[in-house]
Amino acid sequence: MQRIGVFVCHCGSNIAATVDVNKVAEMALMEPGVVHAEDYQYMCSEAGQAKIAAAIHEKNLTGMVVCSCSPRMHEATFRKAAERAGLNPYMVEIANIREHCSWIHKDMEEATKKAVILMRAAVAKVNLSAPLQPGESRVTKRALVIGGGIAGIQTALDIADAGYEVDIVEKTPSIGGRMSQLDKTFPTLDCSACILTPKMVEASAHEKINIYTYSEVEKVSGFVGDFTVDIRKKARSVDMDKCTGCGVCQEKCPSKKAPSEFNRGLNTRSAIYTPFAQAIPNVPVIDREACIKFKTGKCGVCSKVCQAGAIDYEQKDEIVTEKYGAIVVATGFDTINLDKYDEYAYSQSKDVITSLELERVMNAAGPTHGHLERLSDGKAPKEIVFIQCVGSRCADDRGKPYCSKICCMYTAKHAMLIRDKYPDVNVTVFYIDVRTPGKNFDEFYRRAVEQYGVNYIKGQVGKVIPQPDGKLLVQGSDLLDNKQILKEADMVVLATAIEPNPDVRKIATMLTASIDTNNFLTEAHAKLRPVESPTAGIFLSGVCQGPKDIPETVAQAGAAAVKAIGLLAKDKLLTNPCTAQADILLCNGCSTCENVCPYGAITYEDKEVNDHGIRETRRIAVVNSALCQGCGACTVACPSGAMDLQGFSNRQIIAEVDAICR
Amino acid sequence: MQELVNRAKELLADGTVARVLGWKAGDLPYNPEPAYFETAEELDDFVYNGFCGANLSKYMIEASKLEGKTMVCLKPCDTYSFNQLIKEHRVDRDKAYIVGAGCKGKLDIEKIKKKGIKGIELIEGAELTDEADTLTIQTIYGNKTVAYADVMLERCHVCKGKEHMVYDELIGDSKETKDAERFDRVAEIEAMSPEEKFAFFQKELSKCIRCNACRNVCPACSCRKCVFDSTKFDSSQKANVDSFEEKMFHIIRAFHVAGRCTDCGECSRVCPQGIPLHLFNRKFIKDIDELYGEYQAGADTTSKAPLTNYTFEDAEPSIVGKRG
Repeated sequence: MQRIGVFVCHCGSNIAATVDVNKVAEMALMEPGVVHAEDYQYMCSEAGQAKIAAAIHEKNLTGMVVCSCSPRMHEATFRKAAERAGLNPYMVEIANIREHCSWIHKDMEEATKKAVILMRAAVAKVNLSAPLQPGESRVTKRALVIGGGIAGIQTALDIADAGYEVDIVEKTPSIGGRMSQLDKTFPTLDCSACILTPKMVEASAHEKINIYTYSEVEKVSGFVGDFTVDIRKKARSVDMDKCTGCGVCQEKCPSKKAPSEFNRGLNTRSAIYTPFAQAIPNVPVIDREACIKFKTGKCGVCSKVCQAGAIDYEQKDEIVTEKYGAIVVATGFDTINLDKYDEYAYSQSKDVITSLELERVMNAAGPTHGHLERLSDGKAPKEIVFIQCVGSRCADDRGKPYCSKICCMYTAKHAMLIRDKYPDVNVTVFYIDVRTPGKNFDEFYRRAVEQYGVNYIKGQVGKVIPQPDGKLLVQGSDLLDNKQILKEADMVVLATAIEPNPDVRKIATMLTASIDTNNFLTEAHAKLRPVESPTAGIFLSGVCQGPKDIPETVAQAGAAAVKAIGLLAKDKLLTNPCTAQADILLCNGCSTCENVCPYGAITYEDKEVNDHGIRETRRIAVVNSALCQGCGACTVACPSGAMDLQGFSNRQIIAEVDAICR
Repeated sequence: MQELVNRAKELLADGTVARVLGWKAGDLPYNPEPAYFETAEELDDFVYNGFCGANLSKYMIEASKLEGKTMVCLKPCDTYSFNQLIKEHRVDRDKAYIVGAGCKGKLDIEKIKKKGIKGIELIEGAELTDEADTLTIQTIYGNKTVAYADVMLERCHVCKGKEHMVYDELIGDSKETKDAERFDRVAEIEAMSPEEKFAFFQKELSKCIRCNACRNVCPACSCRKCVFDSTKFDSSQKANVDSFEEKMFHIIRAFHVAGRCTDCGECSRVCPQGIPLHLFNRKFIKDIDELYGEYQAGADTTSKAPLTNYTFEDAEPSIVGKRG
């Protein structure tokens, strides 16, 4: 029989205002095995932990239940407190009477009833608990960064500067990401390439950084400290060692009709291409879909003109397998598809463009060589309308419920740059709110209004109607003047919502990292652990975690790097002892558990079994506890119930359910 | 039948197999039962006719542990179960000499009795070699005839096909007997309101006497120790204290065989209470087909089963949830 102590926390008024904590402690004493119960204002405080230690000593406790906040908050705190007082930390259970109870209920009587039930379930579980001992696992001193945008580059640089090897895996042919597509950056208006390119060069030249471009993560196995990752290096069709980056192949390539990804499809590129002039590595790839040689077998011009003999049509995808201790996700974002927003005539007129497309239009390396012109007829626009929140802060399911955060600032930037360079162009911005928190941000916006005379109208646009003469009729409302506005424009720019790169779902699945309903990766704690995924060893950098601008992205990239470095600096990690085990008398050897195990922790052995006097050799599941992460997939898949998870045994869980239903 | 017996004798004589797993006549003309035969003399009792519905695949779990090979007679639908058992490492393919027996549909004695035919003394037309598509039944009340197809087992009306999925040799021709759609009844039940569904299953499952016949015959229920027999769980051998217990037994059983059930129909065939147990399994099969793409358990021994395999194309849990 266990000797269980129950400690009920008031959490100030967080719990005590809704739950009768005295009553919970009183009721606890009536539960089997409970020999001690008390409540206290802050159990997690030093004084609270001292009370726990005292009770463990005085009452010879063999197990304990803390009725408090979520185990994600303070389970570790209480386990450590118990361990210091000589109790096995796995004999501690948390009954979450805050998030699961006091915070979500108003009625004290009802909430108290529920808190008592949650306490009972935890006590029932501890009654069946057994002490567990963690093992140790090694840490591979190498980090993987998925995504080679500014977030990934910064994280990689910071980790590499601390002396650890880093690999960057980038899907496209060059690192640089979205930032490389931007013309100028707010709030200082420095040229994006001027501040990004040196970082790209630094990353590529860093002796500790290895960059896989045109590559994708294919498979991830293992766990914190010891991940094994398969990286697919897509066939570039160009030998990276031989290529000198002279660019002749791109000039001579006769297939020049592929839409340029870098210029958002506003112009075309050759089939063999580097995405942009400052690309790193400066080695082109052949787009096999567009290449005449690959489509018809005839051509081979690039191969003929290449002095270095670097063109290799036979090149195949290559899988590289590498081990890592930490993985940082920095997969970034894209703008949303505008199919559901046809009222803005994006699909009907070439002169309705997204803000990211405007970046390319304004950039010297863009489709118009930096001249502001209408993409339909090349004429200089006189009247430009910006529409804010296209797909952001959207109440229905056409768009995104969140604020994309960067649009107010880049629209102010665009408006200001246009007014500065083309003072004869009128710029109007339709907005819901202008949101400019951030250092020097509001000053920046006010400059656009006050100094550059940008016309801001509070109100949404209902419709953009392309006119026969090529103009765009913008119908909107002015909420401050309470009137409808009909305005002719030459160009309309949509501040299109951003969303996480669609690939992130696949990557999150491989990493078993959780994502929210908007596909942003979830942080371990919204406030206190913002750059860590709840999955140990996975860190988050940049927009994959939530909308943010460049300064914030760089700050988060550094924070993610620090967390990764903190992990890589350790030689050994304690492993979770809550691993699965197979009961050899119940195991059928059917392989179901092996099929569902995401960690490859289960193998089979022919074992001699003595089943109530019947001796036979049976195929039995064997769990490698170093690999097992205690996810429990095997225990629910096992048809005979042979698989059981230590610390979460089937009996314990049934006992909890029984206690709740009592 | 004689062909099967002759071949069995040859295989025993030349030492290829140590025993033969087939059927022998029971005490009535319509209840042959699974049996082992170890000598040529014993094989004189061998029968194979329309009433040999029993799926012998599961017997091979124990036969795999015996010395030497076992010749086992499997009908086309039985071979799916055998493959599934290979996949689950429950039978040893090398210990089996599989004779794929021809099949023209198996008979349901309950359907014959429901036609008012009682006091049966002899049934003609049930042999595989019989050309006629009617059965002539001698009863103590005189001769009766009935169309073969009218008294087939439900599973034969939705036959998976006349091909054997695994075999060493084939004896006898098989006939396509499918004349109904496998999921029609499931779709009808799906269309019911929750109250109607509950009433339907309440009515059917309340007949259960917990004889465990469905579990014992099921080739997917091959656990060494069933959770319902294990003292490790609080579910073993409970008395029939409330009617809910039976529902849980059948529902848990359906969950345990989900994705592994080949729809061999043995559960419904052996149920002494006539509960259409196969409907539970077929609901799972229909859902799996619709959510993860068509999948037939036991069609092969290597493919990954949808429920124990993850692909990026898998249906999202929210979609699974919405279907109900």
